[in-house]
Amino acid sequence: MAEIAEGGGGGHDKGKKRAKKASTKVDMTPMVDLAFLLLTFFVLTSTFSKPKVMSLVYPAKPKPNEVIPPAKVNNGITFLISEDKIYYYQGQFYTPGNPDGKPATELKETNFGPTGLRKLLADLNSTVLKNKEGLDKQLKSKQIQDTTYERMLNEFKGSKEALKVLIKTDDKATCKNFIDLVDELKIAQIGVIAPVDLLKSEQDLMKAKQ
Amino acid sequence: MPKIKVPKHSPSIDMTPMVDLAFLLVTFFMLAANFRSNEPVDVETPSSISDKIIPENVLLVTIDKGGRIFVNLSHTEARKEMLQNMSAKYKVAFTEKQIEAFAGMSSFGCSMQELPKYIEMSGEERKQFNTIGIPADTTNNQLKDWIFYGNIAALNTGKTKYEEASLNGLNPEINDFKPKFILKVDGKAVYLHAQNVINTFRDLNLNNLNFITSAEQAPQ
Repeated sequence: MAEIAEGGGGGHDKGKKRAKKASTKVDMTPMVDLAFLLLTFFVLTSTFSKPKVMSLVYPAKPKPNEVIPPAKVNNGITFLISEDKIYYYQGQFYTPGNPDGKPATELKETNFGPTGLRKLLADLNSTVLKNKEGLDKQLKSKQIQDTTYERMLNEFKGSKEALKVLIKTDDKATCKNFIDLVDELKIAQIGVIAPVDLLKSEQDLMKAKQ
Repeated sequence: MPKIKVPKHSPSIDMTPMVDLAFLLVTFFMLAANFRSNEPVDVETPSSISDKIIPENVLLVTIDKGGRIFVNLSHTEARKEMLQNMSAKYKVAFTEKQIEAFAGMSSFGCSMQELPKYIEMSGEERKQFNTIGIPADTTNNQLKDWIFYGNIAALNTGKTKYEEASLNGLNPEINDFKPKFILKVDGKAVYLHAQNVINTFRDLNLNNLNFITSAEQAPQ
């Protein structure tokens, strides 16, 4: 320890032999130095956020000469993201004056907050979420196994009533917007997520909204 | 005037509690922290509720804020094989020493022509190096070749690792040894840049991609 040695260990006292009175204190300064050095090193070199991965399956690219007829999605919703803004429409896209005589698609705006997107998805995907709740209960009371749980959950996610989501991004959307959206979809237990290309007509609608 | 008397105390302080605390903190940081890797770019990933950990055998593509692309492959053997294939394709020669150095490197982001010079640099110099990243445009898509050869190399190493594990009497799951493709994108990067990389993956028929995200508490 940082101290001044007082009086020395043991001296001769009138010729009598005495046991040396060595100080029981150890000089701790080098140890403290080392401890703080290590501490500083670990503080500076460490990171705490343990990275995780989020998997996403993209649709396979069509072969050059293959023409895929536009699939008819029953329970679909399309999200269009631009810079920090998010729009959606349900069902298919109709241009004004389409041959089917359907009213032209209008975009609705929402936000990334819990009252916006999360509520919307929870409402639209309520059947799956309800089924999942039942499954959770069964899993907790050990009525079903982990693997059965996974399989049944996936079945629900792929069922007819489950919501299917298309994601389209314009050239101003950032990766954060995209991943936030996918994250919300995963929270809402949506099984079918397909990032696809933006159509020209949709882009025009988005521009008109901004 | 009388002199002011300074009390003659020993100037020593009991440092034991301080040492205790210091070592406690050292122990905590040692155990709790994982080291920051020496990547040439710092990327701030978005957060998600996903709790899947990063798999073993991966091909990592990093996209930084400006849209520059960096590639990394997890196993050193696979890195060597990938580099040799790329070297043959682009007719860029590497010395034995450079190949060794490449195998030990972290992510790299430069064109094939710049690569020999890039390998010779130190970690700090790589951070400063003015590069456009790995070219991935339609006329010069080097990224596609990196992914293609990286996939083959990672498959081969995965196969040998699987066989080793089987020989050791373990019961390995073959899917754990297949290469996984991971994208590490900066939250501020424009999605178009990521889309370009994703389309390159899809051109090679690799559709199952993973995004690195930082963990976030799931809502109740």
